[in-house]
Amino acid sequence: MLEKALKGSRGYGIWVAFLLLLVAIGFFFYLKQLDYGLGITGMSRDVSWGLYIAQFTFLVGIAASAVMLVLPYYLHDFKAFGKITILGEFLAVSAVTMCVTFVFVDLGRPDRAINLLLYPSPGSVLFWDVIVLNGYLLLNIITGWTVLESDKKGVPPPAWVKPLIYLSIPWAISIHTVTAFIYSGLPGRSFWLMPTMAPRFLASAFASGPALLILLCLILRRFGRFDAGEKAIQTLAKIVAYALATSIFFVLVELFTAFYSQIPGHMQHHLYLIAGLDGHNVIARWMAVSALTAVAALILLIIPQTRKREPLLAVACIGVFLSLWIEKGLGLVVTGFVPSPLERIADYTPTGPEIAITTGVWAMGLLLITIFYKIFVSVRNDE
Amino acid sequence: MAPTRREFLKIAGVSAIGLVLPPLPGLSAAKGDLKAQAGLNEKAHGAPLTAGRWAMVVDARKCRPGCTDCITACHLEHNVPDFGNPKDDVHWIGLEKIKHIFPAEAHPRLPESITKLPVPVLCNHCENPPCVRVCPTQATFKRADGIVMMDYHRCIGCRFCMAACPYGSRSMNYRDPRPFIRKINPAFPIRTKGVVEKCNFCEERLAQGILPACVIACKDKALAFGDLEDPRSDVRLILDKGLSLRRRPELGTGPQVYYIL
Repeated sequence: MLEKALKGSRGYGIWVAFLLLLVAIGFFFYLKQLDYGLGITGMSRDVSWGLYIAQFTFLVGIAASAVMLVLPYYLHDFKAFGKITILGEFLAVSAVTMCVTFVFVDLGRPDRAINLLLYPSPGSVLFWDVIVLNGYLLLNIITGWTVLESDKKGVPPPAWVKPLIYLSIPWAISIHTVTAFIYSGLPGRSFWLMPTMAPRFLASAFASGPALLILLCLILRRFGRFDAGEKAIQTLAKIVAYALATSIFFVLVELFTAFYSQIPGHMQHHLYLIAGLDGHNVIARWMAVSALTAVAALILLIIPQTRKREPLLAVACIGVFLSLWIEKGLGLVVTGFVPSPLERIADYTPTGPEIAITTGVWAMGLLLITIFYKIFVSVRNDE
Repeated sequence: MAPTRREFLKIAGVSAIGLVLPPLPGLSAAKGDLKAQAGLNEKAHGAPLTAGRWAMVVDARKCRPGCTDCITACHLEHNVPDFGNPKDDVHWIGLEKIKHIFPAEAHPRLPESITKLPVPVLCNHCENPPCVRVCPTQATFKRADGIVMMDYHRCIGCRFCMAACPYGSRSMNYRDPRPFIRKINPAFPIRTKGVVEKCNFCEERLAQGILPACVIACKDKALAFGDLEDPRSDVRLILDKGLSLRRRPELGTGPQVYYIL
């Protein structure tokens, strides 16, 4: 089936070439990072995780898109999702591949990455995260590819995929839970030390993943001669609305605990996030955009008239994606480090090379999505 | 203090094998301590110093403002680079204000003599170290004598330990440290870029029977080092006298650096 990715329209070719260019630029700067060290990024002794780990955290959420389709389709026989379940699985494959790449580019000694397997440490959450992420990757590649191949041949998928598909449902929950545990189990970081971390991750994941999927479906309808169907898209939109509302609810719950208890150690991080500390307010400005966008998107998604109008739905989905990207991809990780254990307020600003590498990894993920979706559409349209 | 139940059982176990009579716990360490104190400033190679649990007591009242002797000695001994900027900064010992290291104890009515004190901070060699728990490759680990160690050849530089340490005791080599080391000590390894490092309680010196570099460098005797399980050790003699503090004990990490203020 892979050969179907090789021929396409002129626009498809230009898009692929553009993504390849971004990947090449990212790779070039990654070589520079290998040479100079992680000092080429904005990370420091105080803020020791930055853009890379934040992207990883956000993208684990995107990978959840699959389960929001697989669960209704396979467990509740919700037929409207039948056409696009594979899209969710391929999106998950691309997202998890990006996750693993972001963890890799964040390593100070990538040449020793194999030590993760040579010296397995069951006490480390990161060890488990590597296991669940790679497991999820494998599950989705196998199920997505097998179902698509059966589609091509016009036969029902083989019986052995079913158990794997069922397994992928709890497995999807595990990737968020374990990723949240990376943060929520650290004694000295009060901003992350919240049991709500895992459920909050899940809620925001079930909003951002399906929101991206809706956008991809709208793009496919416009440029790919594939219609996901009104019912599928509208149901996804409702899922996004509920998940986004839950996600906002969790944030407000955390704010209440921090500000009503008025324990300085808890309040400070949230203050930094909302208003900034001692004039360090770059993150706070981003978070203001995130909060406003989330509320606006939620309004558009809740009101049936706006949700059903596709241009407005697209705007709402872009808003959800942007808002949660800022929240996870910028705010959540950096704020955990500010103030530092020695109460320093260190600014973190991603550098040019760091942004180029980040863009390169995203481009690689988008390239995977493009190729998978091209194959999918070609098979569906019997080209 | 009598040996703890667990040690007693350990010792009893050894004797049960039928080798020797149970030795007095801490005796060997006490001997080592004496030897070390006898030849404080000599780099003589003596019998290794051993302990049931190494610990340090920092009497910050003895610290002179502006003095950085402990830092200099430590960083020279261990080839710690000086990048000259806070972003790439690597350090094993730092000097901090009371309000930052004991935020719970600090209040506006503390006298200036206390609030202005420069207090040395270093790795606490926790009894229950979160950094060891989170390390995905066991590159950081705790020895039986309590020293939390780093294996610079195994560390993959994921910096999970830096996120886990509640004390900010760990540094990452964001760049190649070699050009930024003032004077290279050939007896101690130089780290590569991309690995995490921190204080090691001078285990390489203890192995040669010498006390930690910072302890010896401090002319004001603000730093004491010894076996916490030996009632006659320097640290125990000081701790027995009165109230001492540990950083953020509520987190359950069991820090082994004690402060007297």
